[in-house]
Amino acid sequence: MTIRLHGGVLIAAAASLVLTACGAASTSSSSTTTTSASATTSASAAACGTFNMAINPWVGYEANAAVIKYVAEKQLGCTVTTKNISEQVAWQGFATGEIDAIVENWGHTDLVKKYITDQKVAVDFGPTGNEGIIGWYVPPWMAQKYPDITDWKNLNKYASLFKTSESGNLGQFSDGDPAYVTNDEALMKNLKLNFKVVYLGSEAALIQGFRNAETQKKPFIGYFYEPQWFLSEVPLVHIKLPAYTPGCDAVAAKIACDYPPYHLNKVVSVKFANSGSPAVKLIKNFSWTNDDQNLVAKYITVDKMTDDQAAAKWVAANQAKVDAWLK
Amino acid sequence: MLQRLRTQRGPQLALLLTLWVVLGRLFAGNWTFPLDRSSLTPFHTWLGNGMDSIDANRNTNPIMSNVVEGIRNGIDGFVAALQNLLSQPPAGHQFPLVGWLGVIAIVTWVVYATANWRVATLAGIGFYALGALGFWTESMDTLALVIAAVVIALIIGIPLGILSGLFPRFEKLMTPFLDFAQVMPTFVYLMPVALFFLIGPASATIVTLIYAIPPALRITAVAIRGVPTVTVEAGTSLGTTRWQLLRKVQLPQAKRTIVVGINQTIMAALSMVTIAALIDAPGLGQVVVQSLQKLDVGTSFQAGLAIVVMAIVLDRATTAAAAKVQRESVQAARTRLRRRLGLGIGFVGVVVAVLVSYFTVFGAQFQGSGFIGLPFADAMQAGADWVQLHWSNATSWYTDLISNWFLNPLQSALVGTPWFLTGAVVLALAYMFGGPRLTAVCALLLAVLVGTGLWSDAMVTLAATFFAAAITIVLGVFFGAWMGRNHRVDSILRPVLDAGQVLPAFVYLVPFLGLFGATRFTAILAAVVYAAPASVKLIADGVRGVPQTIREAALSAGANTWQVITKVELPMARHAIALATNQGLIYVLAMVVVGGLVGAGGLGYLVVAGFAQSSLRGKGMAAGLAIVVLGILIDRITQAASQPRVRASIGNGH
Repeated sequence: MTIRLHGGVLIAAAASLVLTACGAASTSSSSTTTTSASATTSASAAACGTFNMAINPWVGYEANAAVIKYVAEKQLGCTVTTKNISEQVAWQGFATGEIDAIVENWGHTDLVKKYITDQKVAVDFGPTGNEGIIGWYVPPWMAQKYPDITDWKNLNKYASLFKTSESGNLGQFSDGDPAYVTNDEALMKNLKLNFKVVYLGSEAALIQGFRNAETQKKPFIGYFYEPQWFLSEVPLVHIKLPAYTPGCDAVAAKIACDYPPYHLNKVVSVKFANSGSPAVKLIKNFSWTNDDQNLVAKYITVDKMTDDQAAAKWVAANQAKVDAWLK
Repeated sequence: MLQRLRTQRGPQLALLLTLWVVLGRLFAGNWTFPLDRSSLTPFHTWLGNGMDSIDANRNTNPIMSNVVEGIRNGIDGFVAALQNLLSQPPAGHQFPLVGWLGVIAIVTWVVYATANWRVATLAGIGFYALGALGFWTESMDTLALVIAAVVIALIIGIPLGILSGLFPRFEKLMTPFLDFAQVMPTFVYLMPVALFFLIGPASATIVTLIYAIPPALRITAVAIRGVPTVTVEAGTSLGTTRWQLLRKVQLPQAKRTIVVGINQTIMAALSMVTIAALIDAPGLGQVVVQSLQKLDVGTSFQAGLAIVVMAIVLDRATTAAAAKVQRESVQAARTRLRRRLGLGIGFVGVVVAVLVSYFTVFGAQFQGSGFIGLPFADAMQAGADWVQLHWSNATSWYTDLISNWFLNPLQSALVGTPWFLTGAVVLALAYMFGGPRLTAVCALLLAVLVGTGLWSDAMVTLAATFFAAAITIVLGVFFGAWMGRNHRVDSILRPVLDAGQVLPAFVYLVPFLGLFGATRFTAILAAVVYAAPASVKLIADGVRGVPQTIREAALSAGANTWQVITKVELPMARHAIALATNQGLIYVLAMVVVGGLVGAGGLGYLVVAGFAQSSLRGKGMAAGLAIVVLGILIDRITQAASQPRVRASIGNGH
């Protein structure tokens, strides 16, 4: 009995689904609003087709991707498939054919070697125009109260302020997202600083740390980077390290200098680069300033716009820049 | 006999612990295998190179191109078909084939058919709430993925479970694989799976499967083995074949427990929603992960609540279905007829609702989406902000207190003691509780742990694990005893516990970070939120199982409530407490990686770093292996320790 009953349930459920499938006429025919992108595009629509863009997990990247996607879909008639994945998985996607474009890349010399130099599945598509800065930062209240803290030579004087339950007798220096290569342990040793590097494990943990430190006027020092949306909420203050000179970071264990400036770039798959799609030119020419990116990132985080809304707002105000990418 | 065994063990344990502490102090800091964050051992390099070579050969290997591609296409097609029904419009359509109205009608009706009206109503309201929370499409994406994963998990898990139940040797063979699948952190195999099966639904489903098959398999095996021998023998003596025996006797009798296995499989699949989002699994997990990037507490709670609602609906529906399987045989013919009539009428309603959802925008597109969710998100955000602003002085004081007085001494003892001393203690425990066989197994596991080159990090993780497990047990005993004694408390606490078990940790990490900073203590709290519910439920079950007559006897002998709890109920529930300890430790260990995201360091951080940096890939894998080894060690020893009764009675010659 029970078996028969359950069988009946399944058949009935299946039947109701089949019914819908047999309903023939699709709902779209009865509706009036079509959001299809092709409505606004010209003849180039057919040439563009579909490409896959990685969305790496930070808001600055999301801002780049939002604007590129918006322009590609609305002004070139492309279909852009986005994939939310981390950097390593994204690069791996060049090899598997799943990813066509990464639109904000921070260095990653090991991945560049593997996928661009060795496997030849990806190609560097030039700078995004954004300058990446990596370094040591303190919350603004500390820079105000202890003006000389912004020079690394004075850090030992304040080390005891930064003691926590996690750092023993030393001051705590916070590192965040493990995705970034940091030299901080070597720097502490080579610059003879009385700090212990504590790995918070995620960008969220790092931001929350800085945020608490500023609102509650607590000491906090850590690794951070620009451009980053959080800096528009709390303008962290950069600490001067011994200046970077090319080659000073050649031996990892002996590094005693600042991080190099990063010229953030775009990387695309070779397959996509040779596809002749108008979007190839768009990505190749795409370039904007840190201020541009911060503005779109602010639309997304602070004003809680969707990616599309944020991109639409920026593009509407900056059509001239967009036109330059499309030329 | 039992009593003597136990009293003998006390001094032995104390002696062992004292020796470990004293000798550990004496040699503190020697033979501890410290390893820098970015240093690699040859083993790590070897693992990393191994992954690289798989990476490089992907396109040239025929197995890759045929078998793997076949599996991938099959699963992708399955998920896409489900998505077309539920969440994503198929080509040429504007809406998915079944709109919200149809889905709710089908769900309600199916739950009514397999369970009862009460749960069916809950299911209908629950699914409506998914839309009211503002995530109808995302919820249906998640549901599609969960259905796909659960169906495949059952197709694989139940037959293998039956085999394990019938042939103990086959079960022995499967056990290590199951342990691996359940304890190995998902982060470790996220990238390899994405490499083989590419980014998207297939990979997400496979990642979910790996975690969801073991409960289906294990519980089915238990169910088959649980069929009374007498029944099986009766069947055999009647001359039935093995196949007939299975079909006519063992499976029907095991059915109820197998449904419990299905329940656990669904829960396991749902708990993977957030992690799978890291390789682009569609659905609610995406919302959670993205709001974590923006530290948007409100939205992540909003999506987290949708996951909880879905979990509670699916859990109650399958639990009620299991109960009904048991009851059905005694149902009267009249009730059966009435039910069939109800089902028939309901079915007409379902067809109408499905048609309406197909042909009208009203039925296809959820109306008033988010009318509960948005105010809820705002309230959660405001609440979290307020708490952080006003409480964080007290909480950071508390963090320091716990860390300095409890956690740091424990950690420095574990990390500072020479590895062979700690290893010797582990082996001594294994011998005391489990005899020579277990000692040999543990020696092998310890050798692997040393071989991973991550001894020091493993000890950091172990310290936090012990501490979190201790809190979990204390909470388990307290709330478990309370719930077991009082049905009203049970019915109030149970949804809260369910929420703790299925709410993705990513949701509450940000508020926790605000309160306790990125510290080991935050990681421990996150682990307790996840692990305590299981312990509480198990102990509550144990306390409820204490026969009422014994309780009354104690009361009539003049015992007060406190005495009844501590002298009667808890001792009688000690098996449940032992099981709760075992499960508490394993659940805590399952959160090690999440802890790595919020400052726990240790193995969890290494796994996360391995996922993020290609140069640390091998080390991350080794850390995953170390977590598995710790898990199996803890599991085997606590299991052996919780079964003294059996050994004692064997010793008595029973």
